Amino acid sequence: MAKKVALLQGNTACALGAVYAGCTFFGGYPITPSTEVAEVMSEELPKVGGKFIQMEDEIAAMASVIGASLTGAKALTATSGPGVSLKQELIGYACIAETPCVIINVMRGGPSTGMPTGPGQSDVMQARWGTHGDHAAIAVCPESCQEIFTETVRAFNLAEKYRMPVQVLFDEIVGHMRERIEFPEPGELEVIDRAAPTCAPEDYKPYDAKSDTDVPPLAAFGSEYRFHVTGLNKAADGFPTTKAELVDFEERRQIAKVECEAARADIESNEEYKCDDADVIILAYGSSARSARYAVNELREEGIKAGLFRPITLWPFPEKRVAELGKQAKAIVVPEMNLGQMIFEVERIVKSDCKLAGVNRVDGDPLTPGQIIDQVKEVL
Amino acid sequence: MSERYELRFSGAGGQGLITAGIILAEAASIIEGKNAVQSQSYGPEARGGASKSEVIIGDKPIDYPKATIVDACLAMTQEAADKYANGIKSGGILLLDSDFAPKAPEGDFKVYYLPIMRLAKTEIGREIVANVIALGAMIAMTGVVSRESGEKAVLAKVPEAFVDLNKKAYALGYEKAQELLA
Repeated sequence: MAKKVALLQGNTACALGAVYAGCTFFGGYPITPSTEVAEVMSEELPKVGGKFIQMEDEIAAMASVIGASLTGAKALTATSGPGVSLKQELIGYACIAETPCVIINVMRGGPSTGMPTGPGQSDVMQARWGTHGDHAAIAVCPESCQEIFTETVRAFNLAEKYRMPVQVLFDEIVGHMRERIEFPEPGELEVIDRAAPTCAPEDYKPYDAKSDTDVPPLAAFGSEYRFHVTGLNKAADGFPTTKAELVDFEERRQIAKVECEAARADIESNEEYKCDDADVIILAYGSSARSARYAVNELREEGIKAGLFRPITLWPFPEKRVAELGKQAKAIVVPEMNLGQMIFEVERIVKSDCKLAGVNRVDGDPLTPGQIIDQVKEVL
Repeated sequence: MSERYELRFSGAGGQGLITAGIILAEAASIIEGKNAVQSQSYGPEARGGASKSEVIIGDKPIDYPKATIVDACLAMTQEAADKYANGIKSGGILLLDSDFAPKAPEGDFKVYYLPIMRLAKTEIGREIVANVIALGAMIAMTGVVSRESGEKAVLAKVPEAFVDLNKKAYALGYEKAQELLA
């Protein structure tokens, strides 16, 4: 049978992807350009027995998501940069309390209110370091409406598997544009549910890690398993501790569970387009990668060996592959709808192995292929 | 069809031009199976202010989702014409509402005038269908999708009670544009 297709906005695709992944709770405070995610969730969740709550602000919305998740629900919130700023303290709470949840950030410019209806990519470092303290981060950055659907599903999977908040970042352009989507059949995409405890309720310890990269199973509040949750550093039983070796173990494990080699291999996802023989790599993400792919095709026609490297997982950053590309290429060009953020991560990895140049735009218009082409020629 | 065909619908916010763009993209991508991307840009106002909707149609996947060199542009108001009737390719098409966008910007493209809002009011009796008249005209002028696909997409979008009204509006726009080209 032919697959169901529709012309859908990125934001709608996101909401439908969440429902596909088994999301049954949305707590939010609508904000442009993410509002349609909330709108569609308010229509779709009641159909699957889920709950939609519009909270009094972004902070409460994030709190509701953490609470819902602890009861066993797959929980989602959607916002834009200013909303993510408000959620940061609770994102940190979800990190340390190891609570799965997904945060959609449909990016506009900034800081503060900025230009609400314009696109931006200036929250990519916020997604990494927005909340205080040492912590791991997982963030994915789709470039098309179809990919918003599949990456939202994957974000839930990663949240459940690694017991932590996962951010999905896409900019206003992709959020608001419409493309044809083919809906995956139920079962076609992998859907992961968090591991449940198998021990007796009285033996359950919510942070009882078996190794320094382990993700312990999470029981549901309200079930026969009873446990304590706190934002303090805690021991395996969930109660606060200041014991040096326990704090150190927890802090390191919560990062290593994402950054160890096995986890990276599982989480990282990149697209490479004509990179094999490329003299110049354009490293781009989100809608800027679409301009970059256009630029690669134009440059190739002119005889310039260009390639596109597109991290779909922004965090953890694909360090190994970018290091290799830095050794292969004469130059890496990083187009971003910000004044230079991911380029510093690239610089940290490639050091002085190749030339490095940014292409930046923050005036509310997208980066054009022409701007990227000009910079590539300049740097070569 | 060329690799990319770029259309821009512009006018005042609330005139339904984003909807016109969506309908065209549905006709191209869902009905005709081509690749299409529809995007839009608008200000913070709910109504009024210039707004635009762009549709890129092609046989290959569309990378850059916004217009680069516009093949055909519609402007329903003078403000929209001044702001958005640019970047039109040499030999391209600009369709203006003769009452509300009387002044065409200079450029090496063909300019056509239709009293779109007036036609909606006098011929159909409802100004609300001006966007469907405009869509019919743009499809006739560009041939970017067939007349039938366009009509099918329009009718799929409107409630049962408004099918006849929109059918009439679409046909009117299509035929008036054919007369202009004849």
